[in-house]
Amino acid sequence: MERVAEVAREIIRRDIRNRWLLSGPALLTIFLAAAAPLLIVLLYSLMVKGDYGDVKYWQFSTDGWVSVLFERDAIDDTLGLSDANLAIFWRSISLSLVTTVLTLLLGFPTAYFIATRGERSRDIWLFLITIPFWINLLIRTFAIQELIRNEGLINTTLLRFGLISKPLQMLFTDGAVLIGLTYVYFPLMVLPVYASLEKLDFKLVEAAYDLYATRRRVLWHIILPLSKPGIVAGSILVFIPCIGAYVTPRVLGGGKTMMLGSLIEQQFGQARDWPFGSALSITLLVVVMLALLVYVRNAATSGRSHER
Amino acid sequence: MTEAKRSGMAAIDVKGLSKSFGAGNGKIVALDAVSIVIGENEFFTLLGPSGCGKTTLLRMIAGFDYPTEGQILLYGEDIATLPPYRRPINTVFQSYALFPHMTVSQNIGFGLKMLGWAKPEIQARVTEVLELVRMKELKDRRVSQISGGQQQRVALARALAPRPKVLLLDEPLSALDYKLRKEMQGELKRMQHETGITFVFVTHDQEEALTMSDRIAVMNHGRVLQIGSPREIYHAPVERFVAGFIGESNLLTCGIEESLDGALSARLRVGAVISVSPPVGFVPAASATIAIRPEHAFLAAEGQAFQLAASVENIVFLGTDTHVHTRLDDGTPFVVRQQNGAGDKPLSVGQRIGIRLADGAAHLLRD
Repeated sequence: MERVAEVAREIIRRDIRNRWLLSGPALLTIFLAAAAPLLIVLLYSLMVKGDYGDVKYWQFSTDGWVSVLFERDAIDDTLGLSDANLAIFWRSISLSLVTTVLTLLLGFPTAYFIATRGERSRDIWLFLITIPFWINLLIRTFAIQELIRNEGLINTTLLRFGLISKPLQMLFTDGAVLIGLTYVYFPLMVLPVYASLEKLDFKLVEAAYDLYATRRRVLWHIILPLSKPGIVAGSILVFIPCIGAYVTPRVLGGGKTMMLGSLIEQQFGQARDWPFGSALSITLLVVVMLALLVYVRNAATSGRSHER
Repeated sequence: MTEAKRSGMAAIDVKGLSKSFGAGNGKIVALDAVSIVIGENEFFTLLGPSGCGKTTLLRMIAGFDYPTEGQILLYGEDIATLPPYRRPINTVFQSYALFPHMTVSQNIGFGLKMLGWAKPEIQARVTEVLELVRMKELKDRRVSQISGGQQQRVALARALAPRPKVLLLDEPLSALDYKLRKEMQGELKRMQHETGITFVFVTHDQEEALTMSDRIAVMNHGRVLQIGSPREIYHAPVERFVAGFIGESNLLTCGIEESLDGALSARLRVGAVISVSPPVGFVPAASATIAIRPEHAFLAAEGQAFQLAASVENIVFLGTDTHVHTRLDDGTPFVVRQQNGAGDKPLSVGQRIGIRLADGAAHLLRD
């Protein structure tokens, strides 16, 4: 009897060892590609900044982290809340939220339209939606700039028809950044929402109509709750890259309307403050993780009901 | 009794309803000038093979499809152009179409909520309907957590809760296994009786239609072929399709002879002459078809007179009955259903026999 138990234990031990060995390459890759770089960034954020960029190795300081929220007064050297940084944080988060809402408002009807087409034309519509991905982001962003700048297409057209007397300032505003972000991330909302709408059983819609629900109520009580997984996925896919977006705010927002991405870039570039830049990067990561956690948890509690 | 019911205002009066898709040569006619009157509190069945237009008709009564031509009157009011949510008619779907993100109670209360009922009233009505379908214990379950038969009951309860004037049922029992289906057939009859709601039931199962319905409309190729009680449909089919689709029939080609007083008789190719009564809309022609049910024909005892001479080809024992497959002298196959008795003389293949027909067994078909 005891012998049998011994053998069984040995088999289990060997099995566990084999599993670790087999997953070894994957674990190593994850460590080298994801965990290690993050650890390096964390380490840099805790060191003293070098004179010409870089850091002074193994000289630790919390200056980088302090700068995230506070700034030293130039005259009496006291610490005060950094209004400039907070404004940038706030702008990044609010612009990302508004972008998410805008892409949802525009993307949901688009996805619904595609999902209700015939099999053949659906593929064509989906292909059209993905076409922008084929063109470099920078080029697309400059194209928007070309449209909305003071001497751009929109302003010259409006001027020619006499609708305005002087060019509208559209470029280098929060609005311009919003247009750019919404345009760029629109497909990332449409695709997941489409995926969940495509699975929707339209018999349920008929059943709701049959049970005295008007169009609007069918949308609210049936279609929206059932496409929630797609809406959640789309919102995550839009919000996360938005909050760290660099190219779009830089090209369309100019120097005035800075977002987190530009602030971080500045620390590694002109400002030569690598610890501060690292600290900002980690902060951004934490903000995104927190937002995700709240969102996913909310979605999970009401999403459980959709399991078939 | 059905006559008395029908004398009041019809619950549903479908007048010349047509539905076609496309135009010109590619035109597909799904419904071809269908007219049906369904009485209040009637259990009315639309019976036919798939693609016969029965589901299209049901969807138009529900409001999911709109007719190309014709009227649908609900207690005298034309509803053909109203959206589904403005019609006091509810549907039980073939796939049940229960809302997966709601509990059993929420599903049943959905229609009432949309109608703007107050919460306590909804709760009371949901409890009442749950009792009717005997599902009270499961009211807080998710619909994914209950069995197919239970989902069926919830779908029924959901459609009955708003007290519709007419309940439409689109092959609701087809997904259930045999035993459960039998049980639900009885349950449906009971619920119809208890609620007093007019049921319009769609099925392709002739047995289901015969056992449950007050009246049946047999449909094929977008047309209504015959409307009548199960008895009428079974015993007096008026078209070849009806005779073949419902139960079994022996179909015999015959010539038509008209006597001086106008009575018709059929002269069979084997020589026998049988008196027949023509169905409504019969157009006299030189040649026609008559249908004879296998149980309306008997094997003649020795020395007894008979109408048809045949030889036995095959004998199929079915327990209470035996099907005797014979061939008439002109080569037409003919089946006789014989009830098995204790002292039956055994038949043998190839044996010559005489077939006797019951009075009124032969039905002239319109085809």
